[in-house]
Amino acid sequence: MSVRKLVIALTSFVLLSSPAFALQTPAGQGGFVPVDSVPLSDQLPAAPLLITAYAFVWIAVMVYLWTIWRRLNTVETEMRALAQKVSRK
Amino acid sequence: MRKAFAPLTVIVGLMFVAAPFLIANAPYESTMGLIQKIFYYHVPSWFGMYAAIAVCGVASAIYLFQARPAADRYAVSAAELAVLFGLMGLVTGPLWGRKAWGVWWQWDARLTSALLLWLIFVSYLLVRKYGGPGSEKLAAATGIFGAATSPFVYKSVDIWRTIHPQTSVVPTLKAPMGVPFAWSSLAFLLLFAVLLTLRVGLAERQGALDELYLAQED
Repeated sequence: MSVRKLVIALTSFVLLSSPAFALQTPAGQGGFVPVDSVPLSDQLPAAPLLITAYAFVWIAVMVYLWTIWRRLNTVETEMRALAQKVSRK
Repeated sequence: MRKAFAPLTVIVGLMFVAAPFLIANAPYESTMGLIQKIFYYHVPSWFGMYAAIAVCGVASAIYLFQARPAADRYAVSAAELAVLFGLMGLVTGPLWGRKAWGVWWQWDARLTSALLLWLIFVSYLLVRKYGGPGSEKLAAATGIFGAATSPFVYKSVDIWRTIHPQTSVVPTLKAPMGVPFAWSSLAFLLLFAVLLTLRVGLAERQGALDELYLAQED
């Protein structure tokens, strides 16, 4: 291989591979820096969790009361229907 | 109990209205801060579950050995409430843990045994719903088994190493935390009594309907 062909090949390689080098992700973190407190933006807020917990208890009680009311209505309706059926006989 | 139902309901309502004010004025816990205030609903909901389990266990034993229908009505009503109050504890606990421990759930002795205890009472209700004729006795045995298991769940935090706070937390509470906690606990126990009265009333009406159907067939 002549020197000229070698120079062309190397130049082509450098020119073609430069976009690949340019698009590479930045180097990873080389070291960790300790701090005393978590930045405020990273802290998990307590209030939504607390409100959810209290709301859940109330919703659970309300839903349960509704199911009792619904079941009681069904039983009473059935009793009335049965009483009517018996009185017709 | 029936005569006291209306005033008891009013008292429970007023107690739950006042509870948030007492809880808001309670001091923050030094390491957990605001999220620790879930404690004032979380632990009382387990008290409600334990009260329901005790009623279910005693009523199941009476039904199993003396075949009293009234005991069965109390047992099934209390089992339903054990599932309701247990669900409150199982939901509020992870919400607290997510902030305090950094995880929603940990398969440690307390959390796992509490889940299993809750599942025992879910199985009680499933047996009652889908067990067919005679399922009352099988369910009663399940209720007694659940009640016998509950002390182990309560003491699990002292017996095994877990991330859950120990039982010594409650007796050592200082007055500013102890008063709202006692208030909430009493409110939850009275709520349990009110819901139990309502649910037993429903069970009585269902029993009366069954008797009417049987009388009509005869």
